[in-house]
Amino acid sequence: MDIRIHRGNVIQNTATMAYRNLLKTIHNPDQLMDVVIQPVLFMLMFGYLFGGAIAGGVKAYLPTIVPGILIQTMLSAASGSGAQIREDLDSGVFDRFKSLPMARIAPLAGQLFADSLRLLIAAITSLTTGYLMGWRPGVGLGWVVAIGLLAIFMGWVLSWVFALLGLLAKSAAAVQSVSLMTMLVLSFMSNAFVPMHALTKPLRFIAHLNPVTYVITAIRQILATGSWTHEAWVVLIFGVVIVAIFAPLTVWAYDRN
Amino acid sequence: MSAINAIEVNHLTKKFGEKVAVNDISFKVRQGEVFGLLGPNGAGKTTTLRMITTLLKADSGQVKIFGHDTAKEGRLARSMFGLTGQYASVDEDLSARQNLMIFSRLNGLSRQEAKDRTAELLTEFSLENSADKPLKAFSGGMRRRLDLAVSLITRPALIFLDEPTTGLDPRTRSQMWDTIRKLVDQGSTIILTTQYLDEADQLADNLAIIDHGHVVKMGTPAELKEQLGGPRVTFTLSQTRQVAAAEQLLATQVAGDVREAGPDLSVSLGQVAQLAPLLATLNDAKIGISHLAVQEPSLDDVFMNLTVGKN
Repeated sequence: MDIRIHRGNVIQNTATMAYRNLLKTIHNPDQLMDVVIQPVLFMLMFGYLFGGAIAGGVKAYLPTIVPGILIQTMLSAASGSGAQIREDLDSGVFDRFKSLPMARIAPLAGQLFADSLRLLIAAITSLTTGYLMGWRPGVGLGWVVAIGLLAIFMGWVLSWVFALLGLLAKSAAAVQSVSLMTMLVLSFMSNAFVPMHALTKPLRFIAHLNPVTYVITAIRQILATGSWTHEAWVVLIFGVVIVAIFAPLTVWAYDRN
Repeated sequence: MSAINAIEVNHLTKKFGEKVAVNDISFKVRQGEVFGLLGPNGAGKTTTLRMITTLLKADSGQVKIFGHDTAKEGRLARSMFGLTGQYASVDEDLSARQNLMIFSRLNGLSRQEAKDRTAELLTEFSLENSADKPLKAFSGGMRRRLDLAVSLITRPALIFLDEPTTGLDPRTRSQMWDTIRKLVDQGSTIILTTQYLDEADQLADNLAIIDHGHVVKMGTPAELKEQLGGPRVTFTLSQTRQVAAAEQLLATQVAGDVREAGPDLSVSLGQVAQLAPLLATLNDAKIGISHLAVQEPSLDDVFMNLTVGKN
């Protein structure tokens, strides 16, 4: 058989790498634990634990906590990207990728695109659990899909940041612990679980600095008003800017490895 | 063969912190030959290979693959060779077929071509029966075979094998040697690193012996062995108390020095014909011999000679 080499383009290489990462996930379904079980667990625990204390009942608390858990799950799913990239880099197979005549960015981009599947699963699980607990947003399904996509996009944005972390770290274990801490701080030091006005002054100050607060606020506003608000635009643009900054940095760190 | 060398390595140097891993290494590999980089663990073989294959940036020096400078035309150079790493660099979580498919696609084959080539390679490397099993169930030999198969997807003219048989059992090892010989017959140029002298002896046309980041010797296996002189003969004396006398006697007869190990005395001969007078001399002196062995010099001797006392 005659082998003709078509110089694969970036998009095709990336698609192949994304396919590879999907196959890996299919062969190791336990990697999906964090996006399937965690949101269900947190939604149930936090809903029934804090619902009464914060909002006077689970049902009244759901409009607060559903966007909160949704974003927290995105954070957690995105933070997994860093550890996975580190693990991949430490395995022999990455040498092979690097020795192939393909676009150098493809392994990285493929990983990040495949991770959006994890984000999608996480979003669906979070919202469905909320629904089963009695969450009934007053807006049409279209808007629920819209906030789902916004959340996934923001999670994807964050996975670039965590990917950079993974590339700079020494080991997968180090990435994991740093990611976990970052995830906990960002999600709890925000308005994800407790309304802004109920926070103490210093905490409110921190929550105001935390970008996660703005994402959650934007989502709650969309769900409350049924319109794409000013805040939603700000969040979206913020996300694009973060990718514009972190994508080149991540690629640089990847090339350096 | 063509005038262009498959590889030209000029003054390659790499430091890791204070440690100089590769120190000013230069060599050329002609098209169609098997070139061996031989050296003990930590000698700098793999580092050299990683620099040649663009996985590692050299601190200084230049590498040309079929005339293309790897620093300037990295992607082009990478399209010309296949690399099989020291540790099987295949995806553990995927099956053999999936590995071959994905690497075929990444190498730029169309979906149909990738499918055909995958089937072809699975047959060629006797992996059909396990093609769809997870790699976790694979033996070391199967993994290496798959690894090599992946390197050969594009039928590269140049193949790098980093310690291709390290950790394999003798049977799998000789299978791997057969596979490598087949590649040579098909006209491939092969660079292999090894710490096994017999492997270099069996496979390589030319050798560079590397130690502490330097090339300490270069040549064909035969040339390297020749430098050690002719065959070596070892006498085992029946009576240990005669060792000193025998040693003196032998020293007057041969040019090289006499090596002593217990009741064993060994000397290097220019030619096998020198053996008969030696035996006669010992016989005349009434020195009994219980065992006699004549050995052609092996690369082990070359290696020990060159790296002795340094490690």
